[in-house]
Amino acid sequence: MKKSIKLVSAVLVLIVMSAFTITSDGYKIGDIAEDFSLENVNGKMVSLSDYKDAKGFIVTFTCNTCPFAVAYEDRIIALDQKYASKGYPVIAIMPNNVKVKPGDNLDAMKERAESKGFTFPYLIDADQSVYPKYGATKTPHLFVLQKTKKGNVVKYIGAIDDNYKDASAVSTKYVEDAVDALLAGKEVPEKETKAIGCTIKV
Amino acid sequence: MNMKIKLFSIAAVLLMSGCFNNKKSETVSVESGTKDLSSNFSKNIDLEVYDFNGFEKFLNKKDDKVYVINFWATWCAPCVKELPYFERLNAEFKDDGMEVILVSLDFPHLYENKLKPFIKERNLKSKVVALDDPDMNTWIPKVSESWTGAIPATIIYRNDHRKFYEQSFDFEELKTELNQFLNKNIYP
Repeated sequence: MKKSIKLVSAVLVLIVMSAFTITSDGYKIGDIAEDFSLENVNGKMVSLSDYKDAKGFIVTFTCNTCPFAVAYEDRIIALDQKYASKGYPVIAIMPNNVKVKPGDNLDAMKERAESKGFTFPYLIDADQSVYPKYGATKTPHLFVLQKTKKGNVVKYIGAIDDNYKDASAVSTKYVEDAVDALLAGKEVPEKETKAIGCTIKV
Repeated sequence: MNMKIKLFSIAAVLLMSGCFNNKKSETVSVESGTKDLSSNFSKNIDLEVYDFNGFEKFLNKKDDKVYVINFWATWCAPCVKELPYFERLNAEFKDDGMEVILVSLDFPHLYENKLKPFIKERNLKSKVVALDDPDMNTWIPKVSESWTGAIPATIIYRNDHRKFYEQSFDFEELKTELNQFLNKNIYP
């Protein structure tokens, strides 16, 4: 009994501690992003290393159920249509715990990907191990990676643009500016931006 | 041994409160504002709507009162879950020199059919204002440099002393934080 309490408490403490460190950690600009292997809505596993010809990635943490993520869906599709052919495909990852948000489960993701005609993989972070590495805290939350010999370097973290309400009223397209700069071999003009989003459900 | 049990129970409580939060958040309904409410009553609600420049005054009052500023939205389940704690805080401490201000980040096109009915139905007594400013990257860091933009988020301040919290609260946690600012021995 004593021993089991000791064991359980040690495990609990570890879990609690990791829960706290997760929130404060995450990639900074210039860090190398680890690869992952996550299930896509078509049942196949997807990794960044599958994209042999990519120059980089637009990794997008998003979901079905967050109004801000939904408001940006069409713009995420547009990003993929514009930049996949230039070597920067969108890789969308759904980070929520589907027990908390059943509307984000794999079946719901499949439906959404089909009805919206997603041209990019829509992956589920089923064991919620990938989003903490990135330090994603909300949906939508974007990370632009540049493929280099050292690995996939984080070049931009933040929002898609500066107007969630109205795509036609946007004055700065942060992600497009970042990818355009990388394609031109230039420095990303604005490396980190902030936006309101839905907390990732754990 | 004693200490381990203590540690164990602290960990367990922490864990349980975490699980509790998560489980609860799915069941909170933001659809509860019925059409009846929106058509009949909510028109009577005056909602103050600000862009950030207009709103900023609420973050910088110097009248020695403690302000508890909570950023929320009807679509944010963990926000809706903790609203009653802010309401209770306001009810219990408003006579002690503090005020709760609930800052809604709801979408402007839903003010009439969602936010106002919600305020009416929940009978919110704390002051509710709406912040409508799409240029988030400009104003979020002005609220707090450490805010990633996830909600719920809360600021407690008194004059120049302030703390920012990107987290969910329960009532006891809120009370503990508030008491630091009130700096009074209210609870014997």
